Amino acid sequence: MNTNLMLDLHDLGKSFELHHQHDAHLHVLDGIRLQLHAGECVVLSGPSGAGKSTLLRVIYANYRPSRGSVRLRHDGRWLELASATPHEVLDARRRTLGYVSQFLRVIPRVPALDIVAEPLLQIGAEPAQARQRAGELLHRLNVPERLWQLPPGTFSGGEQQRVNIARGLIAPRPVLLLDEPTASLDAANRAVVAQLLAEARVAGSAVLGIFHDEDMRDRVATRLFPMQPLEPA
Amino acid sequence: MSALLQVRGLSRHYGRRIGCEDVSFELHPGELLCIVGESGSGKSTLLNTVAAQLAPSAGSVRYRQRDGEWLELGQLSEADRRRLAREEWGFVTQNPRDGLRLNVSAGANVAERLMALGVRHYGQLRSIARGWLERVEIDPARIDDAPTGFSGGMQQRLQIARTLVTQPRLVFMDEPTAGLDVSVQARILDLLRRLVNELGLAAVMVTHDLAVARLLAARTMVMQHGRVVETGLTDQILDDPQHPYTQLLVSSVLTT
Ligand SMILES: Nc1ncnc2c1ncn2[C@@H]1O[C@H](COP(=O)(O)OP(=O)(O)O)[C@@H](O)[C@H]1O
Ligand SMILES: Nc1ncnc2c1ncn2[C@@H]1O[C@H](COP(=O)(O)OP(=O)(O)O)[C@@H](O)[C@H]1O
Ligand SMILES: [Mg+2]
Ligand SMILES: [Mg+2]
Repeated sequence: MNTNLMLDLHDLGKSFELHHQHDAHLHVLDGIRLQLHAGECVVLSGPSGAGKSTLLRVIYANYRPSRGSVRLRHDGRWLELASATPHEVLDARRRTLGYVSQFLRVIPRVPALDIVAEPLLQIGAEPAQARQRAGELLHRLNVPERLWQLPPGTFSGGEQQRVNIARGLIAPRPVLLLDEPTASLDAANRAVVAQLLAEARVAGSAVLGIFHDEDMRDRVATRLFPMQPLEPA
Repeated sequence: MSALLQVRGLSRHYGRRIGCEDVSFELHPGELLCIVGESGSGKSTLLNTVAAQLAPSAGSVRYRQRDGEWLELGQLSEADRRRLAREEWGFVTQNPRDGLRLNVSAGANVAERLMALGVRHYGQLRSIARGWLERVEIDPARIDDAPTGFSGGMQQRLQIARTLVTQPRLVFMDEPTAGLDVSVQARILDLLRRLVNELGLAAVMVTHDLAVARLLAARTMVMQHGRVVETGLTDQILDDPQHPYTQLLVSSVLTT
């Protein structure tokens, strides 16, 4: 077994069956083969509608694959996510598989600092330690300290996105999935994210991401994975 | 990790009418499971049958009690079932008036279930009750007031305190936020979310509100006509619904 291999997609396919839209079948992914190794950063490229976000969601087990296999190295063994139980998926998400989407899911009344700290608490960190680490990350991402105790519902798009990145990166996870996490950030903050990703890779994480911005892509990608829409839109 | 609750082929009929039919699931410690579906789909029937408040027409419910022993609920005496409800379980009803004792003080409402467990010391009961009122954001100065004078949201928070004060291992909740104003709901949901995390509660919660499931539950079961039509991780069910009924449920939420 290749000890570096973290994620192994084999003949992966995804179609949506829309029962109330004339039983439409939407074929989005087919025959995807991709291997992701520790320390690399593979960037999904291709036009809008190519299925890039769908692919990340299938790997995160947010969408269920229609065909093929998604094997994740979790806890020193292979976990087939396509057939894993909900409890196995939740455990993989807690400890192995991170996902940062473009938008922060705001939880009413929960301050930014606690939103960021939560993934560390879920793996058993001390609350004080988790909050301190959350503060360090927010600080690096230039989220002003006066915002930390406020729920991010009223933050700007860029501020919410940085809270989301901090939350997504705070727990050291071996596989990171990133869906345009820097879309509304300025150049300075994009540079911080690139630096954080570089550190995660040095620490051994494998990164699979979507980055629209070419400058960002050049900075973080070790390899591109090109994708094309299966059906004309 | 081993389950806390095992439900197998559970059915409950009302005469020839189906309440719930052939439902199976497991619940693990520390896990909150939501049951969603429209009115009349059998959610309350299922919850009450699992909680041994209704007798099943078929199937079984097994519960692993505090000492690790598995109990077959259908084979327990009424006294044993009452003991479980008192010592290991909690039940939060939709209408707080059904779960509270309206003619006694807020403090007594919270203390009552503790007294049933043998806590007798007045000062201790009072200080625990005060602490729980604070935890559910009720001014402890109102400890001697009867809940009849409380708003609906306050009554529901009091019922939550009354239920959780005994640190139950398993909590059943039937639409605990239905019928309340949206802002009041948000406060109760936030409270439940925090308490569930802090106490590591296992809970089965009925709701017709998918946003509630998204916020609180890692897993969700969808019911239609008394049957479970889809079950899985809450985010899977909401973002990639498979069953036609779930797709309808999710899309009607998105358009309202
Ligand atoms: N939950 C869903 N239900 C139905 N169709 C979906 C869903 N998610 C994505 N799609 C469809 O999949 C296709 C690919 O979308 P997406 O993965 O977002 O592409 P990209 O990220 O490359 O722009 C689109 O046609 C989109 O409408
Ligand atoms: N006590 C009862 N006697 C007869 N039928 C009942 C009774 N309670 C519920 N039902 C019927 O069982 C079905 C499920 O009801 P219920 O469990 O209350 O659904 P929900 O909680 O999802 O609204 C409905 O058809 C309802 O009319
Ligand atoms: Mg996309
Ligand atoms: Mg009901």
